[in-house]
Amino acid sequence: MRRRDLTAGCGLLTEEDAMAPTPIAEQLAKNQKEISVAEFFERNKHVLGFDSPTRALITGVKEAVDNALDACEEAQVLPEVNVSLAYLGDSREEFVLSVEDNGPGIVKRQIPSIFGKLLYGSRFHAIRQSRGQQGIGISAAVLYGQLTTGQHAKVSSKIGDGHPVYSCDIFIDTKKNYPEIMNESLDHWEKPSGTRITVPMLGRYVKGRQSVYEYLRGTAIVNPHARITYTEPDGTHHVFERASDVMPRECVEIKPHPHGVEVGTVIKMTKGANNRYLSGFLQTEFSSMGSRTVTDVLKAAGLNKSDNPREMTLQQIRSLVEAFKKVKIMAPPTDCLSPIGETLVKRGLKKETEEISPEFIISCMRQPAVHSGSPFQIEVGMVYGGSLPRDGQVRILRFANRVPLIYQQGGCALTHSIEQIDWRRYGLDQRGGKGIPNGPAIFLVHIASTNIPFTNESKEAVADIPDVVGEIKLALRDCARRLQQHLKKKEKRAKTKQKFELITKVLPEIASKSAGMLGKPVPNLDHVITKIMDIVWIDDEIRYEKVQKAQPVEEERKPVRQMTFDELPEDAADAVVSSSGWITVSSIKVQNYTQKPQGFTIHALIPPEATLGRAEPVPSKVTPKKISWELPEIPSAKTLTIVFELAGLGKGDFDENEIYTEGINPLCVIGADNWEGGDTDVEVSVLGHQEEEIAKEELEDDLERASEKGSKEKATGGDE
Amino acid sequence: MVTKAVPKGDAVKRMGDIASKIYHDLASSEIPTLSLPARTKSNIEFNEMYRVWKYGNATTTRSAKSLDGAYMLLRTMHMADFIKSMIDQKKSSTLREMYYISEGWGLAKFGAQQESDSLAEDLEIMTLCMREEFKLRPEEDGARVIGNLTLEERTRKGDIMKIHCQEDVGDAGYSIPYNVEPEKLKIKSVDADFILAIETGGMFDRLAENGFDESHRSVLVHLKGQPARSTRRFIKRLNEESGLPVVVFTDGDPWSFRIFASVAYGAIKTAHISEYLATPAAQFLGITPSDIVNYDLPTDKLTDQDTRALQAELTDPRFADEFWRGEIELQLKMKKKSEQQALAKYGLDYVTDHYLPEKLAEMGVI
Ligand SMILES: Nc1ncnc2c1ncn2[C@@H]1O[C@H](COP(=O)(O)OP(=O)(O)OP(=O)(O)O)[C@@H](O)[C@H]1O
Ligand SMILES: [Mg+2]
Repeated sequence: MRRRDLTAGCGLLTEEDAMAPTPIAEQLAKNQKEISVAEFFERNKHVLGFDSPTRALITGVKEAVDNALDACEEAQVLPEVNVSLAYLGDSREEFVLSVEDNGPGIVKRQIPSIFGKLLYGSRFHAIRQSRGQQGIGISAAVLYGQLTTGQHAKVSSKIGDGHPVYSCDIFIDTKKNYPEIMNESLDHWEKPSGTRITVPMLGRYVKGRQSVYEYLRGTAIVNPHARITYTEPDGTHHVFERASDVMPRECVEIKPHPHGVEVGTVIKMTKGANNRYLSGFLQTEFSSMGSRTVTDVLKAAGLNKSDNPREMTLQQIRSLVEAFKKVKIMAPPTDCLSPIGETLVKRGLKKETEEISPEFIISCMRQPAVHSGSPFQIEVGMVYGGSLPRDGQVRILRFANRVPLIYQQGGCALTHSIEQIDWRRYGLDQRGGKGIPNGPAIFLVHIASTNIPFTNESKEAVADIPDVVGEIKLALRDCARRLQQHLKKKEKRAKTKQKFELITKVLPEIASKSAGMLGKPVPNLDHVITKIMDIVWIDDEIRYEKVQKAQPVEEERKPVRQMTFDELPEDAADAVVSSSGWITVSSIKVQNYTQKPQGFTIHALIPPEATLGRAEPVPSKVTPKKISWELPEIPSAKTLTIVFELAGLGKGDFDENEIYTEGINPLCVIGADNWEGGDTDVEVSVLGHQEEEIAKEELEDDLERASEKGSKEKATGGDE
Repeated sequence: MVTKAVPKGDAVKRMGDIASKIYHDLASSEIPTLSLPARTKSNIEFNEMYRVWKYGNATTTRSAKSLDGAYMLLRTMHMADFIKSMIDQKKSSTLREMYYISEGWGLAKFGAQQESDSLAEDLEIMTLCMREEFKLRPEEDGARVIGNLTLEERTRKGDIMKIHCQEDVGDAGYSIPYNVEPEKLKIKSVDADFILAIETGGMFDRLAENGFDESHRSVLVHLKGQPARSTRRFIKRLNEESGLPVVVFTDGDPWSFRIFASVAYGAIKTAHISEYLATPAAQFLGITPSDIVNYDLPTDKLTDQDTRALQAELTDPRFADEFWRGEIELQLKMKKKSEQQALAKYGLDYVTDHYLPEKLAEMGVI
């Protein structure tokens, strides 16, 4: 679709049009000629992302890095991408961009087309999640470089052990729209395979939010499996280390879903159909078309299952597409998507925000959903506190298929979703309950889809599809609720910290001063202290212990279950545990500062990837998502400590326990929330309960907005 | 006929009482607390006997249950101990000196002098002793007086000095000391028709230069903004001992109305000793909002703060009479204010030749 739009828009006319038989048309035909790629490029610079020298540099980096990561993922190797920008000679306006990867390499005969021809790629027809979609990216960068510097791009590639490195210069003949190869040579690299592309280009080097550095940092956050290095023009060298050494799930290619196709697409599909029967064609060429659905569709379209798809009339195809819309069809399969995963989003954010030392990081992943026949999935992450500015706007990081979106923030559905939420209810400042909230936070929103609904070809902003916005808002609210919980807990703790200062410092001084003034002995303060505190204080501390990789897991530490990132197979799960090599040790200290003994139940939620090891005292119940202890009575002014170990988490993945109490007045507990899930498991209770709450909040916001609108209308009505 | 002062307790004993109360609480396993009258606008009542506004029955309790409360109690005890030792050693200090001394009180030290000043007031209220008995004094000096009166002041050396407030003083007048109690200051004789208390130094100097004290047989007292305790106490003694009427002449804005209220009715902050400081017979001369209209004075716009202050005065029981209600509402309506010195619009002598004589006649003072 996109591809046709582009060519049509710039007047590449077909023969049929040019040979119109009337004289006027003949007249017109004199003006009709092929347009050179240079001209095409000149006109489409903005949509291709090369409209300013600043942006051109970022786009150049982006196109090359996207390709490198795509290629590595296709070949299932952990990406190692080296980016460098250097000044071209003495010039400060011309740069040499070079990006090298350890991907599968490119065979020699494809190099000219890939780097020298617009609209040449492997992903345009494939329905699956990838960064590249159009087959324009890298050749546009090469063309831009050639047009602005007059110099050639250089490509080197090695396709496997035992093969040499093939290098050449690429020159695009802009009149003929044809790539030419020069200066071919053979070379040697240590690594088994990979590609390097070097492009000279006009640019302007800037720092700040819209810079190459920020682009790469964003890329590192959402590609925690990649190691990226970057050398700036002044020689500064940055390394974005890998936060995970597990490859993302491989994305399966899927057939088009009937809800996502238009008549034109179906015409093309029927023309090339291998199957002679319509029913077989529908079943094999589309996704989600079981035999029952096929029968229903054929009935609704008034077509026969034995019709030959190649012989269908336009009318028949139209009724088929109509029928697709009428009949209930299952959602497309979602294994074509590769989300980052909650833990890795958190880990990526943590690693790249280290210098801020944030106070809290959370993430949330929605289940896959569908927009116009294309599956998509939303992930949201939040970083809070640390040295982030308290009064400025929340910083927004947008990503689509693991690619940072740098420009057009204001015109993007990812931003709009944030703006539509009333953040005040979650404890952030927001003028009038609308717009980007203020506060010391970074919000990350990632959409993964086989077909990201971009607003235009520059792929910088996502369109406002209601289903997409709805999903993003649900994910944001989920994170926001947890953030709010954290803030409340913190506030409560801070208040109680004051009480500790009171009982440990100020009260003893009051006692000794009054005793001193009167010349009497200092009285015992124990009872006064429990009267002042009158709470149960629950303190939670987490530390990480390194375990030797080779060391066999002790019997008592043997994992009781295996849950892994994105349901990897069993053996891969073992690999995760041993390669991360950390045991997370939590200790929960329960201090009874009330005047009577207290006995109650404590629940601790554990992350889905974690595996419970040793736990003391012995829990009364363990389910895959929570551990529960029915505590014995703790006497007044005494303390009890619970210790438990988790395996399967990286260092720092888990920095705060979610602790709940049951069977005690929640008002006199500090450091834990009241358990409202009853005797059931978390998934169905707390989470189910949360969904309900979120839905309620959503409704309340909508109502508020509606009534605001109403009152505004009334107000203006009154003015007239 | 001096007003009966606040009952003079044995200050040293009262300080010990505070420590005892707290010690007793702790020894009987209670959270220690101290109570004192609430020092708020809503807790002042008109006292029929003294005809001034005093604190009502509402109390606030400082409790060691909160961290702030606990710090308050600790500081209160440190201050009580300090005052006790000052009395023992027959020393005195300024409020500011005490603030610096509190630096050495460890946890009990203050964050700002305002906090220690206000705790000293709390102590007065709790113990019913006067700050002067505590041997604490403000560092601000009292204001100035010019008029046909003779005073006797006991000097630092213990000599008695006779001062006539026209002949023995310069243009600045007689400076009121911080202690104006009879043992320090005696009013020997007064020959005047009324006492005129003036808010600003500029206007005080204008009246002195124009000889208003002689031409209209008046005692001029400079208030210096919100008047110090000693100034208010001096006016009260002069009024009671000489029987002369007191009129107050201020700017025409809500803050000046409060200055009048503290002279005539008692200030909220010192309502515990209002009968000792306030002069119920004092009358407000102006500038009233009506004057602004009647004399067509140059004005400034009310600020938001001014407006809020006026609105607060509408709910202040001290201003709950017809005169004030009318004037405050008028000012809120016209949204304007004027200064005393705006009268200069009509010439330097206008205030002494026209405005004051007219207003004083209207009020029946002359
Ligand atoms: N570093 C690389 N390693 C291996 N193959 C590559 C590499 N770079 C590009 N390719 C191949 O070249 C094709 C064209 O790349 P190009 O960037 O022009 O288009 P694209 O990535 O498919 O789509 P888009 O225009 O959205 O970037 C890719 O589809 C891919 O098959
Ligand atoms: Mg690409």
